[in-house]
Amino acid sequence: MKLRRILLPLIAIAMLSGCSGIEPWVKPYERDRLADPIMFLDMNPVSSAYIYHVYEAREGARGGEGTAGGGCGCN
Amino acid sequence: MLMYLPCTLRFLARFCLVSRASEPFSRRYRVPLLTSIAVLAFGQQALASVLPEDRTDFLYHRYDGGGVTIDGPSVLVRKSVGKSVSLAANYYVDMVSSASIDVITTASPYTEERKQYSLSADYLRGNTTMSMGYTNSVESDFDANSYNFAVSQDMFGQLTTLTLSYGFGDDTVGRSDDPNFFRDNTRQQYGVGVTQILTRNLISALNFEVITDEGFLNNPYRSVRFLDPGSAVGYSFESELYPRTRTTSAVGVRAKYYLPYRAAIEAQYRFFSDTWDIVAHTGSLSYVHPWGDFTFTAKYRYHTQTGAHFFRDMFARSEATNFRGRDKELSPLSSQTIKLSAAYEFISDGWSFIDKGTVNVSLDYLQVDYEEFRDISTGAPLGSEPLYALDATVLQVFFSFWY
Repeated sequence: MKLRRILLPLIAIAMLSGCSGIEPWVKPYERDRLADPIMFLDMNPVSSAYIYHVYEAREGARGGEGTAGGGCGCN
Repeated sequence: MLMYLPCTLRFLARFCLVSRASEPFSRRYRVPLLTSIAVLAFGQQALASVLPEDRTDFLYHRYDGGGVTIDGPSVLVRKSVGKSVSLAANYYVDMVSSASIDVITTASPYTEERKQYSLSADYLRGNTTMSMGYTNSVESDFDANSYNFAVSQDMFGQLTTLTLSYGFGDDTVGRSDDPNFFRDNTRQQYGVGVTQILTRNLISALNFEVITDEGFLNNPYRSVRFLDPGSAVGYSFESELYPRTRTTSAVGVRAKYYLPYRAAIEAQYRFFSDTWDIVAHTGSLSYVHPWGDFTFTAKYRYHTQTGAHFFRDMFARSEATNFRGRDKELSPLSSQTIKLSAAYEFISDGWSFIDKGTVNVSLDYLQVDYEEFRDISTGAPLGSEPLYALDATVLQVFFSFWY
């Protein structure tokens, strides 16, 4: 519940600010480094999905971290 | 190639939203279904207002630790159809051989196989991407189906991507020793994510995810132990009994920075809480360094959590509490992971219809220390059993092709 009290106003502000006509401060021609594959947040989706799956199996938490969830051996 | 287009980035707000296939812990290796959908539909970083890249991955995975070995393949194929649609399919297999601490103390070692199929589609219209996916997972005593939907919108000159997602899962739990045993679970997942370009060298993401489960959430095979003076060892076992509902909330933030030379560092933090009183903090730091045709990655990850309110290593008596569990992942614990990986680009100038090909080798070393779960396999006297600890290695070898 505490999370919701913090996040919902932030999301509302972010959405409402869409009406204010913000100018992009990083121009398209300045995004070459961000387009480098080493800057991808998920360089290998099939691999990251699997490893998050392992984490979810070995820990009691889930979500919010990466592409995937659950499972590898346990019982 | 799309990868180097200096255009706007509809980066992965997707990266975690629709992910979860959150099955109850108890069935950890019955893969979370919503999960693989995430891989298919939302896992790939895309450049702004373009579809994900056409790409195929052949992965071999192997987990080895705590008496459990799980390995198998995963094949992910993605191909665009026209200029507005991208389709993806994934086939994933877990071959499990288990003699874990739970198994050797209350049951018998076993082998098992789980197969999972996923399909997804992305539809691009203007700055909006709509995605949907379906996953089916089958094993001898557990069937699961899940459905996912998401919408991503680029805005503010495509510096910002907002993603909303929803997923629904429906599971059927069985027992291998009772053909008449069937229990249902349903699961709903809600996600909101924002990916934000902050500077020409820095990108960040914020994700909020809520998952609710309802149904038979405990493992039909697992037991808890309770003090029993009538037993030779001083304790006996009885079945777990979990609450029939669970709601989890997680908020994750991450930021990736391009260093003054061609390399990147990434920091990540996730806060988690749920209605079972588990509170967790997870943080990681990683470094990516290309060198010629190679790309090296190193990562350190730390996780700590409190335990579920109904977890006990030992209950005072039979049926001592309304709910009871002894799943070690519900215990207070901390874990550390060190990852090292290397990728080699063996096709860089094109070959036939393939534009690029890489081979990757990744090794994770995982160490988990349980703070209340004791190792009763040692035969130590009651009350003096050592706390359990687990070491595991996770190997991944995969080939990737772009076309």
